[in-house]
Amino acid sequence: MSVSKGRRAVIVGVATSDYPKLPEMSEHAVHGQAADRALADGGLTMKDVDGFASTGFFPMYATGVAEYLGLHPTYYDETNAGGASFEVLAEHAAYAIESGAAEVVLITYGSIQLSQMGRRLGTGGGGGAGFAPGPAIYDALWGNTLVGSYALAARRHMHQYGTTPEQLASVAVTMRTHAATNPQAQEREPITVEDVVSSRLVADPLHKLDCCVISDGGGACVMTTAERAADLGATPIYILGAAHSTTHHMNISAMPDLTVSPAAQCGPLAFARAGITPAEIDVAELYDSFTITVVLTVEDLGFCAKGEGGAFVENGGLGLGGHLPTNTDGGGLSACHPGMRGMFLIVEAVRQLRGQGGATQVPDARIAVAHGTGGMLSTGATLILGKEEP
Amino acid sequence: MTPTGTDKSPLTDERPPKPRPAPIPDHDSAPYWTALHEGKLLVQKCQDCGEFQLYPRDRCLACRGPVAFVEASGRGTIYSFTVIRQNYARPFRDWIPYVVALVELEEGPRLMTNLIDCDPEVLQVGDAVEARFEAVSEEAGIALFTPVG
Repeated sequence: MSVSKGRRAVIVGVATSDYPKLPEMSEHAVHGQAADRALADGGLTMKDVDGFASTGFFPMYATGVAEYLGLHPTYYDETNAGGASFEVLAEHAAYAIESGAAEVVLITYGSIQLSQMGRRLGTGGGGGAGFAPGPAIYDALWGNTLVGSYALAARRHMHQYGTTPEQLASVAVTMRTHAATNPQAQEREPITVEDVVSSRLVADPLHKLDCCVISDGGGACVMTTAERAADLGATPIYILGAAHSTTHHMNISAMPDLTVSPAAQCGPLAFARAGITPAEIDVAELYDSFTITVVLTVEDLGFCAKGEGGAFVENGGLGLGGHLPTNTDGGGLSACHPGMRGMFLIVEAVRQLRGQGGATQVPDARIAVAHGTGGMLSTGATLILGKEEP
Repeated sequence: MTPTGTDKSPLTDERPPKPRPAPIPDHDSAPYWTALHEGKLLVQKCQDCGEFQLYPRDRCLACRGPVAFVEASGRGTIYSFTVIRQNYARPFRDWIPYVVALVELEEGPRLMTNLIDCDPEVLQVGDAVEARFEAVSEEAGIALFTPVG
């Protein structure tokens, strides 16, 4: 989109809510806490907000959160792409701001999944056939689980490319290393590759420690124009490029190639729109629902060739000083995964670009990628963020 | 017939076993489920471009042409598989551990299924498998698969 410099969409405020365990908070209160913090971070208040976006698992979810917050927005969006939702909502918000349809868009996420449901949903459940409308029945009859779907992808990647359980495990080990420096992280005790591969198998070949944690938590970001950001005296983080894609919904049997995620479509599109290459990325925030998710994503975004993801991530390839410092807050594998983690990717990417990364700050980080993955490798959404005006 | 499995779920449950879930046939899928009830696996073939497809749809995925059901050989290979060792949902938790697989049929389309009468520890991607049929309601059946050769 051709847009004047003053109307360029920027992120001016980000925040996480308290996490990872919030037994004393409602889901909507988590949205509100994150919203208040993100608005304060950007020097704005609820009265400045004319656009609102959020998503959850029932229709008109965003309008419900807007009601709870007392907002009467004239732009709203609740596109649900599972874990990729918040990258999509941010992309849409950028278009709305740059077209003049909105001035200040607040995007919030809140979940109390852990307190509500215990540990069932993420690693063991989601395997019932009770909710399988229309074509979703085809994969719902067999007792497949969410982990099972990612396990099918992992097995196929191992078969085609010789990827090993130890290479997958190294993703979890690096995330835990980063989480150790994040005082809010759900799991902070260092682990080894051996710990991961000797943890209980949940769905072969994925072990318990190949799976994300299950948490309560949320986050928010506030977007506006570059011009407004300058008036506020905020440090703007620019949306350099964005794209999203999908290949299937609940039926992973409909995924064309289990070793190629939707990132293979939206990643290159986002880089082209940003006018940069993967080699220019300083820090990555990549959805890590499972270790295999990260291996597929680094390949599909173009950080290495297809099939070489295992070698790319091992031996600290995703650590500080590695090929691609990734998930500097500890990721969903160790820090926080309340169900749709995409907002956390945006928040951490912005903090890194502002130099607020703390112990895991990537020196002089100028360009970051946040990539969300949702469903059963069903959706992907890439946001490329920069600290300098493009 | 239920998938291979002897281990019990860690949860105790006094209720009677829950049967396998049964599909509810709709306009697109009724011939597919009915044929499975009669021991036949169907795939769709495009009457314009000749492409095969599953799951059943109103039109061809490749060219939007009209489709017709044709009987498949019932043979294929394992495209990928996993051994489910944790699932709290009934009836699946009573089957643990059990094998969920994606099978690539000789005709080309892929489907999800359970592999039965097999040792999960020796399965390999690419192994040849063959359909076994089970009625799951008065109108619908399913295709399970088992290794052959």
